[in-house]
Amino acid sequence: MVRKPQVALKKTGRSGKMKFDVQKIRKDFPVLHQKVHGKPLIYLDNAATSQKPRAVIDAISRFYAHDNSNIHRGVFSLSERATMFYEGARRKVQTFMNAVSPKEIVFVRGATEAINLVAQSYGRTFFKPGDEILITHMEHHANIVPWQLIAEQTGARLRVAPINDAGELIFEEFEALLGERTKFVSVCHVSNVLGTINPVKRIIQSAHARNIPVLIDGAQAIPHMKVDVRDLDCEFYVFSGHKVYGPTGIGVLYGKEKILEKMPPYQGGGDMISSVTFEKTTYNVLPYRFEAGTPHIDGVIGLGAAIDYIQSIGIERIGAYEHELLEYATRALSKVKGLRMIGTAKEKASVISFFLGEAHAHDIGTILDRDGIAIRAGHHCAMPLMQRFKVPATSRISLAFYNTKAEIDQVVKSIAYVVKVFR
Amino acid sequence: MSDLRELYQQVILDHSRKPHNYHGMDNANRQAEGHNPLCGDHLKLYLLVEDGVVRDVSFEGAGCAIFKASASMMTDSVKGKRVAEVEALFEKFHEMLSRDIGKPFNSAPLGKLAVFSGVCEFPVRVKCATLAWHTLHSAIEGKQDSVTTE
Repeated sequence: MVRKPQVALKKTGRSGKMKFDVQKIRKDFPVLHQKVHGKPLIYLDNAATSQKPRAVIDAISRFYAHDNSNIHRGVFSLSERATMFYEGARRKVQTFMNAVSPKEIVFVRGATEAINLVAQSYGRTFFKPGDEILITHMEHHANIVPWQLIAEQTGARLRVAPINDAGELIFEEFEALLGERTKFVSVCHVSNVLGTINPVKRIIQSAHARNIPVLIDGAQAIPHMKVDVRDLDCEFYVFSGHKVYGPTGIGVLYGKEKILEKMPPYQGGGDMISSVTFEKTTYNVLPYRFEAGTPHIDGVIGLGAAIDYIQSIGIERIGAYEHELLEYATRALSKVKGLRMIGTAKEKASVISFFLGEAHAHDIGTILDRDGIAIRAGHHCAMPLMQRFKVPATSRISLAFYNTKAEIDQVVKSIAYVVKVFR
Repeated sequence: MSDLRELYQQVILDHSRKPHNYHGMDNANRQAEGHNPLCGDHLKLYLLVEDGVVRDVSFEGAGCAIFKASASMMTDSVKGKRVAEVEALFEKFHEMLSRDIGKPFNSAPLGKLAVFSGVCEFPVRVKCATLAWHTLHSAIEGKQDSVTTE
């Protein structure tokens, strides 16, 4: 039933080292082969959402063509098959993140819903007036607003660890903010605007030394690097499927079994119960307790296919190629006169945010679009971060492993045209 | 690139670099704020309306070239006009930008504002060109809420 994904590997030389064949990989992504305003599409908004390989598209249509039915309900073959694929995908996620048990993998709509779930379920149960929730200045709105909401509801307080001009967390200040009142730490693994890779392991160890649980927002990390939740030892790790080559509308909350066990349901409905009377409802076991209602079955199956696809190439190889591309792009862009980068951390992944003299991000975005280039312009859902750097908006290039150096060269050329227009 | 040249005409670039009436106003009797959450364009608009006439208008803010040029040229074109004339101008301007792509349009009554005719080829940028006008409309009506293009 499950087709083996195409693997873009080629043995080169006697060393047997695999060459990263980007042209072969590009063939796996149908959307890349089109023209926009008469020019070949150059897709560089991968931090917003990634494109989907044929293997994912096929897995979803195959499910609807052959296996569609509801899960955990029917005794008939189709339902059994659908349930098997759904739960199979859960085990794929578990292995991918190196979680101890599939019970620790909860399917949600995305990283945003995962954080809201933890804030509402864990926060409502454990936060008291005066408690503090510690985040950083580089968080996406999805890792700010859910905490503000629960803070308002419980009387807890949001604290923000500062960052330096390079866009790195000032670790000493972060540690100084960890105090007796701190009841929760929630930080991003990789910043969606700056590309900064946070020292999450150190953050977690530091918080654990004070018995504080930690949530890692991995939305921008999981597509680019190996994530091992057992090694990290965080209580929660969240990500969105669509940023890791899977479909939209599906995401993952990883939570340690011990801590998920203590949390009340986030939503009520079917599938999350084991028995219901009008007097009393007994909740289902993990992870179903947190998956009320018919879930996004095809999304889960698509995410499973995306993970298979990534593993067929190897996340480490993906990360290494992307890093090479990031360095190439950084070098090329830094030669553009008047271009200033925001986010120059030593440890970075995949993202370049910049300003270009007089040209506003929105104007740059429009001009590049006419050359078939898709980049992001705006505040990137991180307005406090924009305020930190005193800018209303930036242009952002975000890379994936199907991007090429030739595409970067074209971007530099198009930016030269922007410079000409706004000279 | 021809439609890009149409969009970023010299007069638009000039106004975006050196916007006219770009300052606060102590004796304003109407004020409004507007913002475009998508890209972060925002402005504060000051208005002095007496006897149904726009005696003075100015703005402060930040944003893209299309937004700034549009706000700048708007202040030039509405100063000294009767409120009813201003509203009619806004309607005409809006009509020019929201027409179907390629559809002919008589922009003569808009005078210098006709340079924005090409913006309709860029649907996502229409908001940039109309933000200042929506904010002006709100200031005239004396609305307190901030204007957003969403």
